[in-house]
Amino acid sequence: MRAAIGGDTEAYRRLLQELAPVLRGLAGRGLARYGLGSEDVEDVVQETLLALHLKRGTWDSAQAFSPWLYAIARNKLIDNLRRRGRRVHLPIDDLADLPAADEQPRAHNGADAQRLIAGLKQRERDIVMAISIEGASAREVAERLGMTEGAVRVALHRALRSLARAFRAGQP
Amino acid sequence: MKTDDLLEAIVADGARRPAPIPARLAGALALGGLAAGALLLASIGVRPDIGSALQTWRFVAKIAILLACLAAALWASAQLARPDADRRRVLAALLVPVAALAAAVAWELATTSAETWQARAIGTNSRLCLTAVTLLAVAPLVLLLAALRAGAPRSPAIAGAVAGLLAGSVGAVLYGLHCFDDSPLFVALWYSPAIALVALAGALAGSRALRW
Repeated sequence: MRAAIGGDTEAYRRLLQELAPVLRGLAGRGLARYGLGSEDVEDVVQETLLALHLKRGTWDSAQAFSPWLYAIARNKLIDNLRRRGRRVHLPIDDLADLPAADEQPRAHNGADAQRLIAGLKQRERDIVMAISIEGASAREVAERLGMTEGAVRVALHRALRSLARAFRAGQP
Repeated sequence: MKTDDLLEAIVADGARRPAPIPARLAGALALGGLAAGALLLASIGVRPDIGSALQTWRFVAKIAILLACLAAALWASAQLARPDADRRRVLAALLVPVAALAAAVAWELATTSAETWQARAIGTNSRLCLTAVTLLAVAPLVLLLAALRAGAPRSPAIAGAVAGLLAGSVGAVLYGLHCFDDSPLFVALWYSPAIALVALAGALAGSRALRW
């Protein structure tokens, strides 16, 4: 995370790729405890990844990384459970005590993100889809849409924030 | 959508860390303090005898206690913006100004005669104290909450309340420069509820504005 926050894109990608299975394990156990199935795990993982990206400025690099990560994951899990009308009591240390690398089968894609992206503005949706699904770079997207690269980056950032907001607002 | 796909969009949004919360808070505090200070000078101003007031322990203690409250709330606010904040340390920090005020009240009660307590506590202008402190806190509160939207507090309402405590302290320090009532009894009886009112407003606003 230290290298990633210093602006090293490759380190950031590696970090997020390594964190995804950890978060999947946490989300799977958290949901299972409330009797929810594995089809929702990926939604929680995606909302958590989005939150830790948008809130990465709140990590104090002088402190350990994992308590911060667990705190974000726990918050997002609770948000998800509350939206389903579950009464949640999840002590903060509970998640951290779980063995982290608990590989869950990835049987489902995130249905929420798919649906929520559809609710974005046309332009933002195009940009997110081009970059995420097609793996285009910001520059390529800029050329294709006749925008500046900076404008694409701003729109992408807005789109991710709208997405996080839409997650929070929950099921329409 | 596959998680790996979402991950690409996140990576494309950049790894670099956004401005840290303490820096944002400091900026909001400076700007809010300036706005509130300008409002004070443009309206009721500072007391004309401030030079001689600085020679009295009551005035100095009043300002020092309010500044301690401001400092504790600033530190607490920065802590609570983090999801992994240590709430016990935050609470301990916030108790420091409370203890200082309690000590000053005890000293005042020990060194003055009981017949004067009522006059000291009621003061000369308690209504102005309540309104001025809250009005002076409005601009700082708005700016602080805006800065804290970059945070990830475990409880948005508590984070908002402490932001209100901070904004209320700014208002109180500034109004303290105008106010002629310096007794710790007056501070405890009128400044505290004024600051608490701003904290309550911060809690209500924060519970909505600081969700993430």
